Amino acid sequence: MPYVPHTIEDRDEMLARVGVKSIDDLFHDVPKDLRIAPGSLDIEPCLDESRIVSTLSKLAATNKSAEDLKCFLGAGIYDRFIPSSVGAIISRGEFLTAYTPYQPEASQGFLQTIYEFQSMIAELYGMEVANASMYDGATSMAEAAIMAHSINGKSKVAVSEGVNPHYRQVLETYCWALGLEVVTIPCTNGLTQDYSSAGEDISSIIVGYPNFFGIIEDLNQAKKAAESSKSLLIVVADPVSCAVLPPPGEFGADVVVGEGQSLGVSMGFGGPLVGLFTCNEEHVRRLPGRIVGKTSEIHGDKSGFAMTLRTREQDIRREKATSNICTNEALMALANTVYLSALGKNGLTQVATSSVQNSRYAMKVLANAGGKVKFSSPMFCEFVLELPANATQVRHELIDHGILAGLPLGKYYSGMDNCLLVAVTEKKTKQDIDDFGVALAAVLGAN
Amino acid sequence: MSDGQEKTTSAIPGNGRLKRVPAPTLIFEKSRKGRVGCSVPKCDTPPIDLAKELGTIRKSLKLPEVSELDVIRHFTNLSHLNYGIETGFYPLGSCTMKYNPKVNERVAALPGFAQIHPLQPTQTVPGALEILVDVQDTLKELTGFDFVTLQPVAGAHGELTCLMLIKAYHTSRGDSTERHIVLIPDSAHGTNPASAARCGYDVKSVPTDALGGTDIEALKRALQTEGGHSIAAFMLTNPSTLGLFETNISEICRLVHEVGGLVFCDGANMNAMVGTTRPGDHGFDCMHLNLHKTFSTPHGGGGPGCGAIGIKKNLSAFLPIPVVERNDGGTITLDEARPLTIGRVSPYFGQFLMEVRAYAYLRAYGKENMHTISQYAVLNANYVQARLADVLPSAFNRFCMHECVLTAELYKKQFGIRALDISKRLIDYGFHPPTNYFPLIVPEAIMIEPTETESKETLDDFCDAVISICEEAKLNPELLHDAPSTQIVGRLDETLAVKNLDVTYKWPEAEVSATR
Amino acid sequence: MSNIPADLSYTESHEWIKIEGDIATIGITDYAQSELGDVVYVDLPNVGRMLNKGDVFGSVESVKTVSDIYSPLDGEVVEVNETLNARSELVNSDPYAAGYLIKLKLSDQSSVSSLLDSSAYSGLVG
Repeated sequence: MPYVPHTIEDRDEMLARVGVKSIDDLFHDVPKDLRIAPGSLDIEPCLDESRIVSTLSKLAATNKSAEDLKCFLGAGIYDRFIPSSVGAIISRGEFLTAYTPYQPEASQGFLQTIYEFQSMIAELYGMEVANASMYDGATSMAEAAIMAHSINGKSKVAVSEGVNPHYRQVLETYCWALGLEVVTIPCTNGLTQDYSSAGEDISSIIVGYPNFFGIIEDLNQAKKAAESSKSLLIVVADPVSCAVLPPPGEFGADVVVGEGQSLGVSMGFGGPLVGLFTCNEEHVRRLPGRIVGKTSEIHGDKSGFAMTLRTREQDIRREKATSNICTNEALMALANTVYLSALGKNGLTQVATSSVQNSRYAMKVLANAGGKVKFSSPMFCEFVLELPANATQVRHELIDHGILAGLPLGKYYSGMDNCLLVAVTEKKTKQDIDDFGVALAAVLGAN
Repeated sequence: MSDGQEKTTSAIPGNGRLKRVPAPTLIFEKSRKGRVGCSVPKCDTPPIDLAKELGTIRKSLKLPEVSELDVIRHFTNLSHLNYGIETGFYPLGSCTMKYNPKVNERVAALPGFAQIHPLQPTQTVPGALEILVDVQDTLKELTGFDFVTLQPVAGAHGELTCLMLIKAYHTSRGDSTERHIVLIPDSAHGTNPASAARCGYDVKSVPTDALGGTDIEALKRALQTEGGHSIAAFMLTNPSTLGLFETNISEICRLVHEVGGLVFCDGANMNAMVGTTRPGDHGFDCMHLNLHKTFSTPHGGGGPGCGAIGIKKNLSAFLPIPVVERNDGGTITLDEARPLTIGRVSPYFGQFLMEVRAYAYLRAYGKENMHTISQYAVLNANYVQARLADVLPSAFNRFCMHECVLTAELYKKQFGIRALDISKRLIDYGFHPPTNYFPLIVPEAIMIEPTETESKETLDDFCDAVISICEEAKLNPELLHDAPSTQIVGRLDETLAVKNLDVTYKWPEAEVSATR
Repeated sequence: MSNIPADLSYTESHEWIKIEGDIATIGITDYAQSELGDVVYVDLPNVGRMLNKGDVFGSVESVKTVSDIYSPLDGEVVEVNETLNARSELVNSDPYAAGYLIKLKLSDQSSVSSLLDSSAYSGLVG
């Protein structure tokens, strides 16, 4: 057993030192009727390393990945280009297998990368403070609503129906557990417009930027609504879009959260992901999760990094902590940091611009193929395509043409059974988009 | 770097990582206008007028402009300033820092796993669903529960999910408002009360007895005082956070069940039990697991974690969606039509790529070898406890399970040396410190969990270092107070870190350039 | 040996109280501040808040610990030491004067007698 190094000699020497005859004696506290005999569990037999690889390779091969299908599916998780430097760095054992940096003297490497991560995420979102990551965009959004409640004591959360439906479901679950009420603000033509429909006594207003339909919401209007209801404005923002759009911080957002998967993390069937969480300094003591700060030595003049504002966290504050979060997504945040360093200002702007450019070409091509771009407001790189047929059926048939066409929206929004949410990233070529057009025309024609 | 290392009198085994390096600079400080660190995919579609398409565009963006070599050198050099399992031993109690097998990384990177989208049609990802169901089934069998869900993405998230299920259970029975209290031992991990508070519960503490187990009489009194009808649940870690098996576990579960409450098992210490005993058999109604502890998925500097939960039938109606299961015909289905579900706790399927790693790990041991994990974890911890008995007494006079809790209280009283100082000095000897000051009920606690993947020689080196440091504490305490002196920085001013809060880099004004 | 001024009253939870007519000035003792270490943040109530004896009215934080502060008497918060926002270290350097926390206007003078005197508190902390 390569992971357990003990030889028989080792075991016997150690047992002698401990003063027992067998390892079994050390389990004496476990009642006999609760012991199970070694090898008696009904689980699969062991595999050597070579067969672990072949078994898993076979399983992986049954899945159709973005290498087999042209991926036009987004809806919160995006098929974007990941530079080789990201994998090279996050697979280094000093980062991959490190523990949480509670001992700063032995962890300056990771701590510095977290400070760099915080700096870049805060900059992207136009906010003053970013934490060291949360689980994902959805739980970040739920935690933001809870943070708003702890700031203003109000119990009603108003969320636009234009926010990712899975995120809203997570929000509802978290709010139910705490006794907070969630009300949904309807969208008109894909845009949040009637904020007053949420009523009085609102703790926070949550909108997407862009929203789930790919539309760039009017954050000035959202901020006005928050101010008039004396609530906090929470924006769920796509980080890549913030390279070219004015960031939510500029509109006075109180908390900006989002999903960092687009920044150098593989889709991975939805996990692991990385939650981005930012706020302004006035609320920093209510911030959930870890945060790293710069400081200097006690007896020296070197600067260094350490986790700070620790008294907010669960191990110290226990039931009064700002969140129960302990483990976060540190390694994925490191992936974000490497990605943002490698792409940098120039590269990220190009990625965002290319995404917009590709999506505009796709709109033309798919409209020519028989679809109709449903909404007219400015969009980033994702749009709703209305088809003359059932979207789930069309998507199913397009798989055989090598196209993963997008997300059928009928499951989430009534009256949208014929609508497909299509995402076009910088990874797509003109040829990919043309192929989609040809395939769509064929499928629609056959129907 | 400090030159003090040559002047110390004790023999410090070279950690081999000490070298002269320039003071680290931030990636921002390496930025030079116009550089880019990778080749971005070329765009061959017709160009557009961005401002026209988007409405307004961003005026200024301050991100680094560095070359690819800058990126690689920057992060590689930073990695040299970081300790990991692959550089040395972590005796961290309660963290289970075992070896993270490389084959797990290899398989998790396969495009068929890494490049699939969670919202693809399920018929295009049968292999992914197979992974989920196989891991669920194996964990069910290992833990003795009726159902497992992989939706929670971290241990605390798993605790929260279990508490939500408990709340839903009581709600369905009509007495959730009455049952507003969760009982938690005073030795519990902080996430326990924090998770309970997230479900709106009031937390009441139950003391630990002199032998390190739950004080049964105190539990009975608490149930009496609060009234059994006001108890939603008891959260228990087994083995306890002191590394000791709760010998009264069946009685504890019976007492709580008798008053209509449920019992949750914090499975952080599952490493002491894998293949030897099953929490489901102990009477628990639900438990959370940390796959990044017991099942070897890498800690990554603080995450990703992976927090599966196991539950008994009485809680299954409330499971979060989607419920992934194999039907009688053998097909794997995603069930979202569950009227009593607590809803979603996660946006997709949980930490899928960590499940792939766990799957590989579980198959590496298999039916034949699974028990060797707990057996050797427990042997290693008792060996360390025995070797250190003369210098750091155990807090409880018993064999421990997979971790031992020692106390440095004697050193504090006699020499003014605290557990913290011993730990910081261990860094100079090339070891990561053990857990300090947890559990809160043991003064100057030092908790050591070697895990089964460490060899006898590593444990001997570690124990020799601790023994040497305890000698230094008596004869040369400044070495401990000043420690560590061999790392890139000495002890940092954490008061200043709070008072002069600096959590983001401020670009010098002159270097801010407009985007376009 | 911590400083325990003879002219003040004390509680078992390490608060000190100075009674002047119907105004009680409250802070934490020298023993408490030394156990806490460097104070980095003080969370204080709003002026006007009504407190009962035993209510938690705020907290004092060091880098790694948080201590709740309990009201020793019934009364209304009439003054709060705003200086501590920028200078939390006053709790360490001058706990009995510049590092005070709040002033209460007492609603019940009789409970003053249940407070510990300096020798009783001294016995507690050794």
